Amino acid sequence: MQDREDEWAALMRAANVGDPAAYRRLLQGLAPVLRSIVRRGFARVGMTSAGEVEDVVQEALLAIHIKRHTWDPSAPIGPWVAAIARNKLIDNLRRRKQGVEVPIEEVADSLPDGAKGEELSGREIDRLLAVLSEGQRAVVRAVSVEGASIQETARRLGMSDGAVRVALHRGLKALAARFGRVGE
Amino acid sequence: MKTTQLIDALVQDQATRSPPVATVCAVALVPAVVTATVLFMMALGPRPDIAAAAETPRFLFKFVVAFGLTVTALALLPRLAQPGRDLRGRGRVLLLAPLLLAGAVATELILLPAAEWWPRLVGRNLAVCLVSIPALSLAPLAALLVALRHGAPTAPGVAGAVAGLAAGGIGATLYAAHCTDDSPLFVATWYTLAVALVVVAGAAIGRRVLRW
Repeated sequence: MQDREDEWAALMRAANVGDPAAYRRLLQGLAPVLRSIVRRGFARVGMTSAGEVEDVVQEALLAIHIKRHTWDPSAPIGPWVAAIARNKLIDNLRRRKQGVEVPIEEVADSLPDGAKGEELSGREIDRLLAVLSEGQRAVVRAVSVEGASIQETARRLGMSDGAVRVALHRGLKALAARFGRVGE
Repeated sequence: MKTTQLIDALVQDQATRSPPVATVCAVALVPAVVTATVLFMMALGPRPDIAAAAETPRFLFKFVVAFGLTVTALALLPRLAQPGRDLRGRGRVLLLAPLLLAGAVATELILLPAAEWWPRLVGRNLAVCLVSIPALSLAPLAALLVALRHGAPTAPGVAGAVAGLAAGGIGATLYAAHCTDDSPLFVATWYTLAVALVVVAGAAIGRRVLRW
């Protein structure tokens, strides 16, 4: 399992110097591991809803993205990922007002689930899109759901590439901040 | 939205990389310390006999403890904003300033006749001390909390408390230049109480504002 963490660390370092392909492989590798951590956390309190598992997975992925500068390249990456996943899992369970103890585990203990997870959807993020400004929502939707590139999105929405990048970044930051806080 | 679609969006968000938390703390502290220093000069100022006082070990020791507290708390702080950081053993660095102070108190008790203990402990300016140190700590505490929000503290209350410790140390370092009560008995009692107020405030605010 150390090999896997070494690979993640290498991918994150590559991503940090602007390698999008490495970053995509990292996030694709982390998603099933996060899913397994969340699923086990939910199972421990008797919850099995796949949709809600995916909400936490997506919240954790957003947090990993927005807070990626908090990983120190000289520190192991496994505990960093595990701590973020655990934080989001506990937050989610706490919001459901179930005081639950989630023991600290090594990420290495969490084997990824099968590839069927690739098609899983979260529902909360769709609700959250509604709280974004109109421009941010259009850009986030184009780049995610519609699979457009920055350039395509810019052409479609009649914006500059730079404006699309800014709207995407602010939109994702707002999503990360608002996760689980709608209606509060 | 599918998770793969979210990943598509994250990969395309190649915004400028955020600086590490330690850098943000350092940058945020500069204007805060300037503000606290200006406030100190306007409201209190150094004691008139500071040149003579600077030759006495009791006066100098106040700076050793207060500045030591600041440095040790600041050294620990960025780690508290990094998820998954192993802190075992690291927290012990915070014992340095209290241990130094305890040693100074023991020395003072040996040096002074028992009749002097109480007057030295009560001192002359305890009310000013209890108000000034927290007041001078406000700007540094706010700056450190803002900087921590940039990180990802998994224990918001603890991170806020250590920010309070660092800010309290800065307030105490400044106040020490004004204060004419130099006995370690005074410092151990009133400086500690004043810094504790800042720590409690930091923990309470941290718990509210440092969630992410």
